[in-house]
Amino acid sequence: MSKYLPKLSELKKEFDEKPSVLKGDYSPREWWNLPVEFRDGNWCFPAKPEVLDDLGFANPRKWAATDEDWQLPSGWQKTISDGLHSRLRKYRSLKLFLDACVRCGACADKCHFFLGTGDPKNMPVVRAELLRSVYRNDFPLVEKILKGFSGSRKLTEEVVKEWHMYFHQCTECRRCSVFCPFGIDTAEITIMVRELLNLIGVNNNWILGPVSNCNRTGNHLGIEPHTFVQNINSLAEDIEDLTGVTVEPTFNRKGAEVLFITPSGDVFGDPGVYTMMGYLLLFHHIGLDYTISTYASEGGNFGLFTSNDMMKKLNAKMYHEAKRLGVKWILGGECGHMWRVVHQYMNTMNGPADFLEQPVSPITGTRFSNAAATKMVHIAEFTADLIHHNKLKLDPKRNDHLRTTFHDSCNVARGMGMFEEPRYVLRNVCNSFHEMPENTIREKTFCCGSGSGLNAEEYMDIRMRGGFPRAHAVRYVKERHKVDSLVTICAIDRASLPPLMRYWNPGVSVYGLHELVGNALVMQGEKKRTTDLRENDMAGFEDGGDDEE
Amino acid sequence: MKKVLMPLGIVLFLALLPYIGVQYAGLSYLFGVIIPYTAFTVLVFGFLLRLVDWLRRPVPFRIPTTCGQEKSLDWIKQNRFESPSRSWEVIVRMLFEVLFFRSLFRNTKAELHKDANLAYGSHKWLWLGGLVFHWSFLVIVLRHSRFFFVMVPGFADVLTHVDGFFDIILPAFYTTDALILAAITFLVFRRLNDAKMRLISLQTDYFPLFLIAAIVVVGVLMRYVVRVNIMPVKDQMLRLVNFSFDAPGEIGALFYVHFFLVSVLAFYFPFSKLMHAGAVFLSPTRNQCNNSREKRHVNPWNADIKFRTYAEYEDDYREKMKKANLPVEKE
Repeated sequence: MSKYLPKLSELKKEFDEKPSVLKGDYSPREWWNLPVEFRDGNWCFPAKPEVLDDLGFANPRKWAATDEDWQLPSGWQKTISDGLHSRLRKYRSLKLFLDACVRCGACADKCHFFLGTGDPKNMPVVRAELLRSVYRNDFPLVEKILKGFSGSRKLTEEVVKEWHMYFHQCTECRRCSVFCPFGIDTAEITIMVRELLNLIGVNNNWILGPVSNCNRTGNHLGIEPHTFVQNINSLAEDIEDLTGVTVEPTFNRKGAEVLFITPSGDVFGDPGVYTMMGYLLLFHHIGLDYTISTYASEGGNFGLFTSNDMMKKLNAKMYHEAKRLGVKWILGGECGHMWRVVHQYMNTMNGPADFLEQPVSPITGTRFSNAAATKMVHIAEFTADLIHHNKLKLDPKRNDHLRTTFHDSCNVARGMGMFEEPRYVLRNVCNSFHEMPENTIREKTFCCGSGSGLNAEEYMDIRMRGGFPRAHAVRYVKERHKVDSLVTICAIDRASLPPLMRYWNPGVSVYGLHELVGNALVMQGEKKRTTDLRENDMAGFEDGGDDEE
Repeated sequence: MKKVLMPLGIVLFLALLPYIGVQYAGLSYLFGVIIPYTAFTVLVFGFLLRLVDWLRRPVPFRIPTTCGQEKSLDWIKQNRFESPSRSWEVIVRMLFEVLFFRSLFRNTKAELHKDANLAYGSHKWLWLGGLVFHWSFLVIVLRHSRFFFVMVPGFADVLTHVDGFFDIILPAFYTTDALILAAITFLVFRRLNDAKMRLISLQTDYFPLFLIAAIVVVGVLMRYVVRVNIMPVKDQMLRLVNFSFDAPGEIGALFYVHFFLVSVLAFYFPFSKLMHAGAVFLSPTRNQCNNSREKRHVNPWNADIKFRTYAEYEDDYREKMKKANLPVEKE
C-alpha cells in the first residue's frame, strides 16, 4: 500500500466517525478560519527548477508544500493582483462568475472532492469564495464600515497556500456548473487561479513536467520520435501475434488523407496501449489512408491545466502538422480534456483551418457538418457512423467475457455533449452493458478524481477520495449486474481508474472503447482468435471448441 | 450567529429611521422625495452600468456547459435545449433558465451513509422556494403599478383580481403576500438549518432576505392592520413618476417605513449579489451555442503565442528520425 494512502478500512472509519458538514454536522468555525494542513498524500510535488527554466516560468526553486516558507518572489501580491485584474478585463466569464453567485448552495454537494473529503472548502461555492473574498476586498470601504459584512479578506501567504490546496482539489470537471442556476463554472475560476499561481511559482510537477515534455518532444511522456515509432510498431507486432493480421501504420507521411492524433498515454501506458491496438485494427479493417505524427504526437493538452497561453502553444502543433503533411482532415482519439480543447478552444485559438477540408468519411461518405470549421472528428463519431452504415464486421460475442458499464468522461460530457455515440458503439461491440445510476452518468457524471493533472502517485490520498463517488456508482452495478469492466473514452481515465478500482472495487478492470472494438472486429485473413487484445481468454472461443463464426 | 443578527439589526435600524424621522422630526420630504429619487437613480444607472461593465468584457471562448446530447450525426437525436446549436435553441434554453429555473430543477441531495454509501435523492425544495419567491415578487411589483398610473393598467387589475382570489377577508387577501413570506421564511431557515448552508452564508445573503421580508411585513400591516389612507399615497407616487418635487400630503408614518426600505433595496441592488438578475442573462456557459466545431468563434484578443515549430523539432531530432526511417524535410 502506498504511503500516500490510508487503508480502505481506515478511510471508511473516517467517513463514519469524523464529523463533517456533508453529514449535517455544524462547523464550529467559519470557513475562513479553518486551517490549511499539508500532509502526505494531499499535495503534489512542485515543478522541478529545470522544468520551469525550460518553460521560462517564474520562480524556479526547490520547495515543498509542507515548508513553512514557500519562497514566494518579492512583490508577489502585486503580481497576483495585477494578474487578476488583467484577466477580469479579458474574460467576461471570470468577472461574471465572481459577481453573480448568490450562495444558494445548489452546487454544494455536487463536487466529487466534497463528497470524498467532507471538507467544506471543497464545496464549489466556497472554492470560488476563496478567490471572491480577495476580489471583493477591492471595496474596502464597505468592509471597514460593516466589518465582516461582505466576507472579504486580504491576500496573504496563507491564502496562497489555501488556493494551492483547493484549486488542486478541483479537476475542472464542470459538474457544479450543471446545477448552478447561473451556470457558474468553477473550472473557469480554477483555470484562472492556476494561471495566477504559476505567475509566482506555485505549481505542480505532474502538470508542468508533461507540459515541458510536450513542448520539446511533442508529447507529455517525453517520447522521442524513434521511440514513439518503435512503440507503435511493437504494438503492431503484438497485433500480428494475436490475430495473424499485419497492420502497417505510417508516420509523418505527407499526402495521407487523415492525420490521426491520440493521447500519448495510448502509445505508452497500460491499458491505453490496448486501445491503440483497437485503433490500428479498425483503420486496417476499413483501409483508412492515415498517418500518425511524431511531432504532433500528443492529443492531450496539459496547457489547459496551466494557462490558456500554454494551451494554445501546445495545441498549435496539431494544425501546424496537418498543414505540413497536407492531410484533408484530422481524426482524434479517445480523450477527455483533449476534446474539451479541440471542441471549445482549438479553432478559436489556432484557426481558421482553411488549409483543411470539411471532414468526410472515406468509407461511408458521411460529411461531418458538425466539424465543418474545426475539421477534426472524434473517433467515437467516426466509428459510430461506420457501424451505422454497416461497414464493420463485428462479433460482439468476442466481448462476452466482459460485463461492461460506461463512464462518461467529464470533458466530453459537459464540454462537448457526446453521450450517444460511444454508447452506440459499445452496444454494437459487446452484449453485456449496464448503466450506472442516472445521477452519476451523462451530464451528471462523476470525475475519476484525478483529472486536470492530478494523477500523481504522491497525491493518492486525495485521488482515492475524489474518485469515491465514481467508484461507488461502479460498485452499484458491480453488485447488481456483476459488472467487471469499466469502459471509458479518456486517456486520463485509463491511467487513473485502475488504481481507483483496485482500491474501492477490486476485480473491476478498465477498458478503452476501441479496445472492445478491436476485440470484436473480424479481420480479413485473421487466424482463430481465442484471447482478447490483453491475451485474456474470451468466453466461448476456447481452443478446440467448434464455435462457428 | 453574528452573521444573522448583524443584518437583522441593520434592517430593524433602517426601519426605525423613517418612522422616527417622519413622526418626530417632520422629515417627510426627505423620506418621501429626496431619498426615493436618489435611490431609484442609483438603481437605474447602477444596474445599467453593471450591465455595460459586463458586456464590454469580451467572451474569448465558446464554453457552454453541455447538459445533453450535442448535434452530431443525423441519426443521433440532439437535445436541442440542453446542448443548443442554433440561436433560437439558446433562446429557449435561456427562457427555461430565467423563467423556470431549469438548472435548479435538476437539484439533488447527496447523503453519506454508513460503510461509505452514497445516496442521491431528488431535492426540489430550493427550486420550489426560489420559484415561489421570485414569481411572487414579480406579481407584487406589477400589482403596485396601480399606484403609478392615473388609470389602473389592465394587467394590474387582472393580477390584483387573480391574486385576491381568496376573498375571505376585507380587503381582499393577496395570495402572493402569504407566498412570499412563506418563501422567505423557507429561504432563511434553510440557511440556518443545513450545516452546509450555514457555513457558506454571509451577512450579504441574510441582509436582502430580511430587508425584503421587512418590506412585505410593513406592506401587509399597512393593508390589513394599521390601515393607511391610500389616496395621498397614490397622489405622491403620481407626483414622483412625473418628476415633481412637491411635498407629499398627510400619509401615515408606516408608509414611510415601507417606502424607505424599498428605497434601500433599490440603492443596495446594483452593489450586491442581487445583480444576479442581470447576470443570469449573460452567463457564457448558458447563453452560447454548442457549435464551436461547426462555426469558428472569434476571440477579439487572441494572444500571439510562439510555439515550437516542426522545423525546430526536426533540427533537434533529425539524426534519430533518419535512423528510424522517418521522412525528414532537410537532409
